[in-house]
Amino acid sequence: MERMPTWADVILTPLISLALAFSISALVILAIGESPAEALKVMVEGALGSSYGWGFTLYYTTNFIFTGLAVMVAYHAGLFNIGGEGQAAMGGLGVALVLLALPWPHWAFALPAAAVGAALFGAAWALIPAWLQARRGSHVVITTIMFNFIAAALLNYVLVNLLRPVGSMDPASASFAPATHLPKLSDMAGALGLEWGENTPVNIAFFIALAACLLVWLLIWRTRLGYEIRAFGKSEPAALYAGISALRITVLAMLVSGGLAGLMAVNNVMGEAERLVLNAVEGAGFIGIAVALMGRNHPFGVLLAALLFGFLYQGGGELALWTTIPRELIVVIQALVILFTGALDNMVRMPLERLFAALRRKGA
Amino acid sequence: MALAGATGTAPAIELRGICKAFGPVQANRDIDLSVPRGTIHGIIGENGAGKSTLMSILYGFYRPDAGEILVGGKPVAIADSQAAIRAGIGMVFQHFKLVQNFTVLENVVLGAEDGRLLRPSLARARGELKRLAAEYELQVDPDALVEELSVGHQQRVEILKALYRRADILILDEPTGVLTPAEADHLFRILRGLKDEGKTIILITHKLREIMEITDNVAVMRRGEMVASVRTAETSPAALAELMVGRKVLLRVDKAPARPGPPVLEVRGLRMVDADGVERLRGIDLDIRAGEILGIAGVAGNGQTQLLEILGGYAEPGSRLSGEIRLKGQKLPLSGSDGRARRRAGIGHVPEDRQAEGLIMDFTAWENVAFGYQDAPEFRNGLLMDNAAIRKDATGKIARFDIRPPDPDLAAKSFSGGNQQKIVVAREVERNPELLLIGQPTRGVDIGAIEFIHKRILALRDAGRAVLLVSVELDEIMALSDRIAVMFDGRIMGERLPGEATTGDLGCLMAGVDPTAAPPGATARTDADGGAG
Repeated sequence: MERMPTWADVILTPLISLALAFSISALVILAIGESPAEALKVMVEGALGSSYGWGFTLYYTTNFIFTGLAVMVAYHAGLFNIGGEGQAAMGGLGVALVLLALPWPHWAFALPAAAVGAALFGAAWALIPAWLQARRGSHVVITTIMFNFIAAALLNYVLVNLLRPVGSMDPASASFAPATHLPKLSDMAGALGLEWGENTPVNIAFFIALAACLLVWLLIWRTRLGYEIRAFGKSEPAALYAGISALRITVLAMLVSGGLAGLMAVNNVMGEAERLVLNAVEGAGFIGIAVALMGRNHPFGVLLAALLFGFLYQGGGELALWTTIPRELIVVIQALVILFTGALDNMVRMPLERLFAALRRKGA
Repeated sequence: MALAGATGTAPAIELRGICKAFGPVQANRDIDLSVPRGTIHGIIGENGAGKSTLMSILYGFYRPDAGEILVGGKPVAIADSQAAIRAGIGMVFQHFKLVQNFTVLENVVLGAEDGRLLRPSLARARGELKRLAAEYELQVDPDALVEELSVGHQQRVEILKALYRRADILILDEPTGVLTPAEADHLFRILRGLKDEGKTIILITHKLREIMEITDNVAVMRRGEMVASVRTAETSPAALAELMVGRKVLLRVDKAPARPGPPVLEVRGLRMVDADGVERLRGIDLDIRAGEILGIAGVAGNGQTQLLEILGGYAEPGSRLSGEIRLKGQKLPLSGSDGRARRRAGIGHVPEDRQAEGLIMDFTAWENVAFGYQDAPEFRNGLLMDNAAIRKDATGKIARFDIRPPDPDLAAKSFSGGNQQKIVVAREVERNPELLLIGQPTRGVDIGAIEFIHKRILALRDAGRAVLLVSVELDEIMALSDRIAVMFDGRIMGERLPGEATTGDLGCLMAGVDPTAAPPGATARTDADGGAG
């Protein structure tokens, strides 16, 4: 009944939450005897102050878009997929197997094949939890988090025993052939005669992530599958009434979700490391949860939230590099952002709703 | 206007100028009400007329924006339910507030314990319950677990709770919605007994028959206002209905005689065992012809829900089905997840619970218009859904069914119960299905919309379609059906024609007793009463 204008709902609320998170972070920084203003300056300059900073920020953003979209799609089906970490790791395995199996002549051929491999491996890793949920009632939250550990152990085994080149001491695959290296954004800018983001990892996968946002939006709000996913996510009894199969929707939504998480490997494994290393995902799967929550489960929101977390990641790295603020504080700041934008969303939203209702009454 | 009741003494409850607004909605506007001591006072009105808000104010859930409440002539401030209880007001809610796995005694004492130790309270309550049971026909086993009691007995526990707290004024919110006719009669005897002892009773209902049967005075609410307050003896159901709706209402449904055609639905030996191993349907046989409405009467929970769902193509996951369903001679598969195929075969289904099943409450009205038909060719545009076509369809349905507010972009949850139901009925009826399954078509729907929905069901019948109507409202079943089948405990107890059926006869069947069946051991007795034995 008491509705806020859309802009207040999607822009104002997260901004206030963010401001609260940053103010408390500032207090923590003060408490350890550092200057919050200085810290903010280092973070902003390090992440957004130069094309070099932007290059890293956008690289992280790309990762978070994929994992954020993955969480978002499952969420619309009423499923909480917290296995993005494992699905992205398996996506990396898919990329590595595709790229090492054939002598690819050019990245333009390798990219679609690697993307398919990444999505398939990620999707396959989500399939078993989906099946168990639909058929046996085993909760995906439990099974997907277990599958994160299984994926980590499996990759450990594969990298140490199968993919490690003979004579190497490093638990990592061989480097991919130079022909498969994806163009970096800096290369593209160079081709246009611009000098932008030299020596940064952001690559063509960033555009794939943007396209994925658009496609996910189409899927969820414009296709029959999306309609059925949303209906099932809102009300299972109603979906049953409408002849929507719980098994089909659970499996399809988790396949799409796992596939999106797997696609992240195009960015970090193929685009950046150019070989498969241990723990390549580095927590991006979990950040995806915060990104989806903060992005209010809309692709555009996911894009913005991914950008924010990209900034926090890059800015946090700079903070550890240039100040005496310990690296752990970055985790505190990120945690506060997640806490305020995700878990404590209603703390800001409800007073705002009341404020808007009061304003309207006065205006009426 | 003088009301029936004791003269000369202060009224049990008096409300003066009560106002309550929720945001821009004025739920109660300047309400005056005077309930004389020792009477039964009916409050009647459509959904959303403000009855529940008013009673919530009396029971301390809401505070009025303006106005005053007098109990026994003295002004009181009712800040919370504890204050209401102290003022002698007790409430029996429509949805009981009982702890299922506590005994009756524990439920009665809960929140009214004498001290920190439970035993003395329980002992005192046991004595008190005995006295109340003897005095008011309120027998309930004090040591029975509430979850094992019938709905009628659970309601008695609610009444006992209020009396145990020394309520002088008892408010009952839609008390007969879940009762069989016999249980309702028993409740009315209890209420009369309470009245004779000097208690005051406020009865909130939308059933005109109950108002006429038991109340002394009746107050009518419409759109937040008290539009009339009269002696029951001086009014009539038609006059009350007109007051409620604000215009003349046809209480009787005008219908032409049925012209049944060939059979559309044939069900043989349909059984269903649910996931817990309970047999919900124990061999159902029924036929419905084209151009005919078969009404299924029965107390809720006797298998009607399962029957509707299975015909609609779905069943609780984990249940087992057997038997045979034929639509126009064509055998239908019984997999328990055939909703889509059933719709394609021409079965429309208005489910009993529109909020949990019939609609996605967070979806907009236009999205809900495609619900269940999201794969229909006219809603498809290549790989995508044709949202423009769905919207256009929704706009048409909103106009033709007078759905208010006429805004296809509003979420289903923002519509009133009646308008939500119109969205579902429009969606299912306008496809002109061979067979329409319709459960509780007018539950929680206001009188104006009831009339409209009834007309639509009859129009479908007159167009030569088959209708299976399930309702717990006997009046509705009697008014609409061409044949009436009564369900009890997963079986069809018997079938009657609406002309020959009486409420008492159907009530017996609903309670599992076939009045025409010979008692066991008396098979040789001649069939003197002309029944179909």
